[in-house]
Amino acid sequence: MKQFFAFVTKEFSHVFRDRKTLLMLFGVPIVQIVLFGFALTNEIKNSNIVIVDNAKDLASQQIITKIASTDYFKIRKDLMSASQIDAAFKSGDIKMAIVFPENFYTDLLHTNKAQIQVIADASDPNTGTTLTNYVTGIIAAYQAQLNATIPIPEQINISTRMLYNPDLKGAPNFVPGVIAMVMLLICVMMTSISIVREKELGTMEVLLVSPFKPLYVILAKAVPYLVLSLINLTVILLLSVFALDLPIKGSILLLYAVSTMYIITSLSLGLLVSTGAKSQYGAMTLSLVGMMLPTMMLSGYIFPIENMPLVLRILSNVVPAKWFYLIIKDVMLKGLGFSYIWKETLILFGMTVFFLTLSLRNFKTRLE
Amino acid sequence: MRTLKFLLQKEFRQIFRNKNILRMMFMTPIIQLIILPQAANYTIRNINIAVIDLDHSSYSQKFVNKVLSSGYFKLAALAPDYKAGYDLIEKDKADILIEIPQGFESKLNTEQSQTISLSVDAINGVKAAVGSGYLTNIIQDFNNQIRLDWIQPSTMNQMPTIDVASSNWYNPNLSYYLFMVPGILVLLVTLIGGNMTSQNIVREKEMGTIEQINVTPVKKYHFILGKLIPFWVLGVIVFTLGLLIARVVYGIIPLGSVALLYLFVTVYLIAIMGFGLLISTYSETPMQANSLTFFFMQIFNMMGGLYTPIDSMPGWAKVLTDVIPISYFIDVMRMIVIKGSHFHDIIPHILIVLLMGVVLNTWAILNYRKTT
Amino acid sequence: METKKEVVIRTKDLTKRFGDFVAVDKITFDVHKGEIFGFLGANGAGKTTAMRMLCGLSRPTSGEAMVAGVDVYHKPEEIKRNIGYMSQKFSLYEDLTVLENIKFYAGIYGLTDKQIKDKSEELVEKLGLQNQAKVLVSLLPLGWRQKLAFSVAIVHQPKVVFLDEPTGGVDPSTRKQFWDMIYDASEQGITIFVTTHYLDEAEYCDRICIMVDGSIKALDTPYLLKQKYGVDNITDVFYQLARTAKRSDN
Repeated sequence: MKQFFAFVTKEFSHVFRDRKTLLMLFGVPIVQIVLFGFALTNEIKNSNIVIVDNAKDLASQQIITKIASTDYFKIRKDLMSASQIDAAFKSGDIKMAIVFPENFYTDLLHTNKAQIQVIADASDPNTGTTLTNYVTGIIAAYQAQLNATIPIPEQINISTRMLYNPDLKGAPNFVPGVIAMVMLLICVMMTSISIVREKELGTMEVLLVSPFKPLYVILAKAVPYLVLSLINLTVILLLSVFALDLPIKGSILLLYAVSTMYIITSLSLGLLVSTGAKSQYGAMTLSLVGMMLPTMMLSGYIFPIENMPLVLRILSNVVPAKWFYLIIKDVMLKGLGFSYIWKETLILFGMTVFFLTLSLRNFKTRLE
Repeated sequence: MRTLKFLLQKEFRQIFRNKNILRMMFMTPIIQLIILPQAANYTIRNINIAVIDLDHSSYSQKFVNKVLSSGYFKLAALAPDYKAGYDLIEKDKADILIEIPQGFESKLNTEQSQTISLSVDAINGVKAAVGSGYLTNIIQDFNNQIRLDWIQPSTMNQMPTIDVASSNWYNPNLSYYLFMVPGILVLLVTLIGGNMTSQNIVREKEMGTIEQINVTPVKKYHFILGKLIPFWVLGVIVFTLGLLIARVVYGIIPLGSVALLYLFVTVYLIAIMGFGLLISTYSETPMQANSLTFFFMQIFNMMGGLYTPIDSMPGWAKVLTDVIPISYFIDVMRMIVIKGSHFHDIIPHILIVLLMGVVLNTWAILNYRKTT
Repeated sequence: METKKEVVIRTKDLTKRFGDFVAVDKITFDVHKGEIFGFLGANGAGKTTAMRMLCGLSRPTSGEAMVAGVDVYHKPEEIKRNIGYMSQKFSLYEDLTVLENIKFYAGIYGLTDKQIKDKSEELVEKLGLQNQAKVLVSLLPLGWRQKLAFSVAIVHQPKVVFLDEPTGGVDPSTRKQFWDMIYDASEQGITIFVTTHYLDEAEYCDRICIMVDGSIKALDTPYLLKQKYGVDNITDVFYQLARTAKRSDN
């Protein structure tokens, strides 16, 4: 037992000596949380637009005032021709142009029909359509105002309730994802590199011929990273609760329990990687390119899985992070209990067993 | 000059003998450019809905059909009541609940207004906003439809209507690929340019061959140029490969001048390699260089405007995007490829990135000292 | 013994301090042309630090030093044209072939194309590597690598060549072959400055200098040192001096 602790202590000192790697391990999740929490958003706002008001009449002024009163747009008024609009798009000065024809109000009064041109820079399809929708909405509201005196029958009203995240903040979506990614990073990459380093230095053989059972060697390597992951988890949760105002709805105990399960899955994956890698550099590359990249892409926290083609959706089932992401969302954000997540937990458990079995087999064949 | 020739000869020999590098150079572009754009699709589709139809009328039937035929939604289930519906949301089986009240059709026809309730799983804020946005549009459309059936046309004409003629320039098909692929190519070139340079130098540091060069008459700037030039060549090769893949797989042909793209990629690579060089001066082992690179690349990736718009960021975040080279390249790529922007449109970008290159490389050179 | 020969390395009170720690403490000596000058000492005694100052790799804190007629303080870059260096890690490029390594170093030391061609052939012959000329250095056995690294270090006929623990990890007969190469170079007029902790190699040197705790505790020919301390091998000389050492591995 004492020897085990000595070994674990040695592993810890390896980790803490490398300040730059520590920076990455703790810095990355903190930075991600800060950036995701305060800087990154898919909302479209503050877009530069130009309004070409050829009418300069009552109606156009009223509509322009309505548009200006939102924070979606930063308005510039200018009389631009089509080619000037093109040049302004090309230089990146504006994202949209709204053009009022000369006799806007008079046409509207006399013929009950008028047209407004809305030209969107659709390089970014989302921005283009969102801005167009904003403007269309504002104009429709104005139109409704004009028609306010005429009663409209058959009115369907819409009441929308946003569940779990009424302010539509981005945090609920990505915090679980950051947790999943960081644990993977620590457990897969760091563990596999640590084991391979021992092999490279030749000290692995020394350990294997010692009375120290190989199982304990592996365990001793895994323990520091388990602890590190849990510390990281705590840091992330604290940040989320206090900096991002994201409360933890479910049982904290359950949260840590399932996280530990996921950590063990990731550690066993790290073990598997270490049996396959020939050098520290190889372990690093395999972990980053082979694990991190697919995890970020296919776990569902940055890009929704439903939007992906069938092949990728099927592939995402193989990524442990995808299941953990679902579990964390359910426990942390929806406040659900074990009965709702037992299926996903079982899948993670199965993956762990699979990775461990494979590693053991690889390890044995290596020794022979 | 001659010294440089020998240095370059050695570098190129080493690079082309290194299977790891060659593999990374060719595999990474292919994987990233082919798989990532498929995954990075923000077009919202396949939203699961559960319908609580308490009316069971022809109106409610028509309405549900309209929703489903829009192509954005999939019917997960018809729920008997709100409780059952909410359970579906908890189980992640449905994203949005639509509740049609009892008497929907009859009450509408007797000039009373009716309310359709939407309950949206808003954990993914974007999905929730877009999904409920689509539904709102469909409901309003449906509303207009039944109104037209009901009301006299003459009455309708008395209501002033403003027709919004909207057009989408440069990307009329609203292709998300056109928007993402050039940006992902930038990511690729950044990763390879920055990472490979720093890894290479740190590995030489570890092996001791740099010290050997330090005792020779080889000057600092020779050594640095001898490292930058080969990786610049590699960066350009990867960029070209990327453009080819974009053309062959996605049919993306730059609207603007390709020569301009190459001009910018050259300036950009100088800056990014300066960054890699800088990292290598602060690292003792390849592992450390990797950690530092990963840390900064994460920030670059997220703040570069690739996934989320820079305009929507708060002031302090925008300042951050102003000091990272990647935001400029992503902008330039999109401007030239999608909109066909010209040289004068990107002069500020070129100058700023050039300045960054000078600063980063100078800093790195000052750090790299032959003598301690 | 040779008569008064040209002084190729001269130091006077050369000192290197790292903060409060004095790594090299006022060392003073002269090395003559063609001499094989051995620098001995325990790990931590300061030999590598001293050598690095003479190579222009490290700035002295105080004192004077001149290598091949050039002042170490003011013109460290100029020294590099006239010296060769072989480090503990041998510093050949493992992913280049034997020939490619030779041609590379010859090139950056400014040899003309013709000189490079001639020199490469000459070296390959001398080392007996005709069959391995196009083989990657990583595949060469350690002993061959050492000899190649030494040859490459003197490819430009420098005035002085600095060898930092050059014979680590090879069997005695390979070491003897290596020292034959050193003798050869010395006869050609190249001054050899070598640090080692193999005390038996001390006997091969013309003069040896023993460093303890950063200063020179002994400087003379092996024969005279053995006489002075009344022992019959350098190892015993060293033990007598090392007993007073405060800095060591333990």
